[in-house]
Amino acid sequence: MPKVTIDNQTIEVPEGTTILNAARMMGGPSVPPAMCYYSSLKTSGGYCRTCIVKVTKGSEKDPRPMPKPVASCRTSVMDGMVVENITSPDLLEARAGVVEFLLINHPLDCPICDQAGECHLQDLGYENGKALTRYKFRRRTFEKIDIGPYIKLHMTRCILCYRCVKVAEQLCPGRVHGVINRGDVAEISTYITEAIDNEFSGNMIDVCPVGALTDRTFRFKSRVWFTKPMDAHRKCKTCAGKARIWLKGSEVLRVTVRKDEWGEVQRDSEGGPLWICNECRFHTKKASDWIIEGPSEISRHSVISANHYDLATLKLDVAKQRKKLEGKKVLLGEGPLNPNNV
Amino acid sequence: MNNNNPKPEFSPEAKTLVEKLMRRYPEGKQKSAILPVLHIAQAEFGGWLSVPVMDMVAEVLKIQSIEVYEVASFYSMFNLKPVGKCVIEVCRTGPCWLLGAEDIVAHFEKKLGIKVGETTSDGMFTLKTVECLASCGTAPMMQVGEDYVENLTLDKVDSFISDCRSKISEPVSHWNRKYIREHEKIKQ
Amino acid sequence: MKRLLFEHINVPGIQSLETYKAHGGYRALTKALSMKPEDIVEEVKKSGLRGRGGAGFPTGMKWSFIAKPPGVPRHLVCNADESEPGTFKDRYLMERIPHLLIEGMICSSFALGAHVSYIYIRGEMMYVYHILEAAIQEAYDAGYLGKNILNSGYDLDLYVHCGGGAYICGEETALIESLEGKRGNPRIKPPFPAVSGVWGRPTVVNNVETIAAVVPIVNDGGDAYAKVGIGKSTGTKLISACGHINKPGVYEIELGLPVEEFIYSDTYCGGIKNGKKLKAVVAGGSSVPVLPAHLILKTAAGEPRLMSYESLAEGGFQSGTMLGSGGFIVMDEDTSIVKNLWNFTRFYHHESCGQCSPCREGTGWMEKILHDFLDGHADLEDIDLLFDIQQKIDGKTICPLGDAAAWPVASAIRHFRSEFEEYVKNPSGIKDVKHYYRIHNMQPA
Repeated sequence: MPKVTIDNQTIEVPEGTTILNAARMMGGPSVPPAMCYYSSLKTSGGYCRTCIVKVTKGSEKDPRPMPKPVASCRTSVMDGMVVENITSPDLLEARAGVVEFLLINHPLDCPICDQAGECHLQDLGYENGKALTRYKFRRRTFEKIDIGPYIKLHMTRCILCYRCVKVAEQLCPGRVHGVINRGDVAEISTYITEAIDNEFSGNMIDVCPVGALTDRTFRFKSRVWFTKPMDAHRKCKTCAGKARIWLKGSEVLRVTVRKDEWGEVQRDSEGGPLWICNECRFHTKKASDWIIEGPSEISRHSVISANHYDLATLKLDVAKQRKKLEGKKVLLGEGPLNPNNV
Repeated sequence: MNNNNPKPEFSPEAKTLVEKLMRRYPEGKQKSAILPVLHIAQAEFGGWLSVPVMDMVAEVLKIQSIEVYEVASFYSMFNLKPVGKCVIEVCRTGPCWLLGAEDIVAHFEKKLGIKVGETTSDGMFTLKTVECLASCGTAPMMQVGEDYVENLTLDKVDSFISDCRSKISEPVSHWNRKYIREHEKIKQ
Repeated sequence: MKRLLFEHINVPGIQSLETYKAHGGYRALTKALSMKPEDIVEEVKKSGLRGRGGAGFPTGMKWSFIAKPPGVPRHLVCNADESEPGTFKDRYLMERIPHLLIEGMICSSFALGAHVSYIYIRGEMMYVYHILEAAIQEAYDAGYLGKNILNSGYDLDLYVHCGGGAYICGEETALIESLEGKRGNPRIKPPFPAVSGVWGRPTVVNNVETIAAVVPIVNDGGDAYAKVGIGKSTGTKLISACGHINKPGVYEIELGLPVEEFIYSDTYCGGIKNGKKLKAVVAGGSSVPVLPAHLILKTAAGEPRLMSYESLAEGGFQSGTMLGSGGFIVMDEDTSIVKNLWNFTRFYHHESCGQCSPCREGTGWMEKILHDFLDGHADLEDIDLLFDIQQKIDGKTICPLGDAAAWPVASAIRHFRSEFEEYVKNPSGIKDVKHYYRIHNMQPA
């Protein structure tokens, strides 16, 4: 089994393991963030570039360093490989750059976004980004659309991780949505007004790292941190029926898959992902329909649960930014200071 | 050739051509023929690809419609909205631009009374700008249909426009179906 | 000056098989079929031929990487998706002397053991597509393609495949995706095409000029080819010369020709148009760093700059550039570097496939900032911002399009910073304000 050293810690992993998964096995602060990789979806990853790491030694056999940072989610470890993640200031700066790219056209409408509190982009920005934006242009916007009766597509928030496309490809019998156009106007779309309608389509909502795909049966019902997540199950003909229900009092506000510490769908004892069907997700909203197993374990790394922005730096940044924009032709109505473009 | 017909169909000669092209790729990989087939479809159905036309292409290639929409919207040569009989594509990249492509575009806009991306009200001309067409040594240049028109000057633009206007009564197919005609000569 | 590809390019009727053959055409094919495939690969290795599409990777080595799992077909794909701004040599070659490419394709396919090969031509060059189709038909009729070629027992089918308009498809993995009928999104490497390319099969993708160069290599041997040129830059290179010069066109040069001679000699560019002074050159297609006149004519060390992979790269990106695809764009003294950069950046923004974030978001951002310069809305900090953005794109993307978008920005700021400052300090004093009018839909007075 190959041995890999990540941020000075060495771990032995099975042949073919990616750097990201090796880091996850190790745990701790050296795990690179990942926005598009999703272990239960084949061929996912490589697009967002947030998981980049520096390989300072390729392998025992070929010790040359890799010339460019590599996507840790798509690069397999070699025996003797040495990887730098948080120990490389250059790499962290490069990652901050990627975060900035992901945010320049993001609406920052967290106060009214259902994903807030469990949004991977929030966490990413909080942990790897900067408080100040250098982008002074009008942000890209798209019309909100309903793709089917259950899912709202808010393309303006999308970071084009392709996960939902892979759900449709790999879980559903036919795919009716995909990525159309190209470059920075590429969008997730059905192209024509067509509903996404098949029994596993709801899983797209759970794989979406941001608030681009939200559950229409839950929209604006509650902030997620006001609801209580419980692991529960029921007998279901279509799926395993093992889900996470989000309660307010005794009311089930929404049903999602059970997520692991990386925000991905949990697996059963045989390693199969516990996707849930639309019947469980959208139509089983009485607490009595479910057998509650107990409170779910929720990752504490979210920006909401952390709840301690360094106020002094933040104030300084904002003051700096104000000063920079003073007397400039930045129209608040369309500029970055107005998060109202939803 | 009505693009709004909900059930479009390839003409017999186009169908033969499509079948011939599909045989160029291994068994089960007929999706590979999508770009050539979309070119034929665009030539057959008025120079643009409507949803029913793309759906038909999907059916011919035995793939899902969204796969055709994804591809057609990625490549810049496919028009997803109706265009005029004569689509003028002026190169706007580097070398052409150094040698005055901007003036050529401005002149077209003035002469035709439309902006880039628009079609004249008589349905004759659509004006587009495109990226480098690998004709930098004869800049500025434009493409009309399959033809390259090179070393453009304002006078050349003027005579081009009047030349085209004189052919306005000719049917649309005349402008677009060169691809199919040329192809018929090839056996394999 | 030695010409290996274009010796007969001006012969009337050279497009036809008959005339091509009368001038020594298809000699290489007969010879190749009498050789062992691995010996051809060996000759190509000996020749020192390097990929002519831009990256300059040794062709023989690329060929030797191809995996040969039993029972799995292999493919050779010719990259004729020429779309690097400033480059038009492949179109010229295919249009004028199509059989040279076809002969090269047959020899190369034989060397690689491919039985079905494709020429991926960009869709815009539809008229060249027809020329190639007709030439391929002639080759079939003459028994140079199809079953049992010239009684050698070797079978080859050669097809032309047309693209749909996307610069990114010039990148080999995007080209493969496109050939498979998908969006031209580059693949994440590894696996490399030599192991898993088109339809998961081992694939070699080579540029048109590279494949054409195989013909003289087979004819005269790798050693003879390696004698032409200079050092590791062996053979000849097609240079597409354009911009503010008296004689734009495609020139076949022996690698090692001094840049100064290329620009000013009447054999080549014939000097700067209208007697103006040379300001800057983009020597290898829009992606490579721009160099000011003094650095393109002489290296930082004062040596004459030569048209070769090594000499043009002398000094690294601090004071050098790259031979790239050989798209030689010359700019005279009146050219605005900032405006030209805006145009290039706009191009990369338009051509970004949108798959990975730094390129998708960064190219558009850079374009907007450059637009601000032309608009008179930029400030001095924007120069550093622009430089920082390009740094954050460079090397962080899946494919080299990100680098290609970053390098022109970096080099323009590196060598022409004062011009950016001028746009900030004195926006109304900029000589050429046509652009300003155009974007505001105003008519110049």
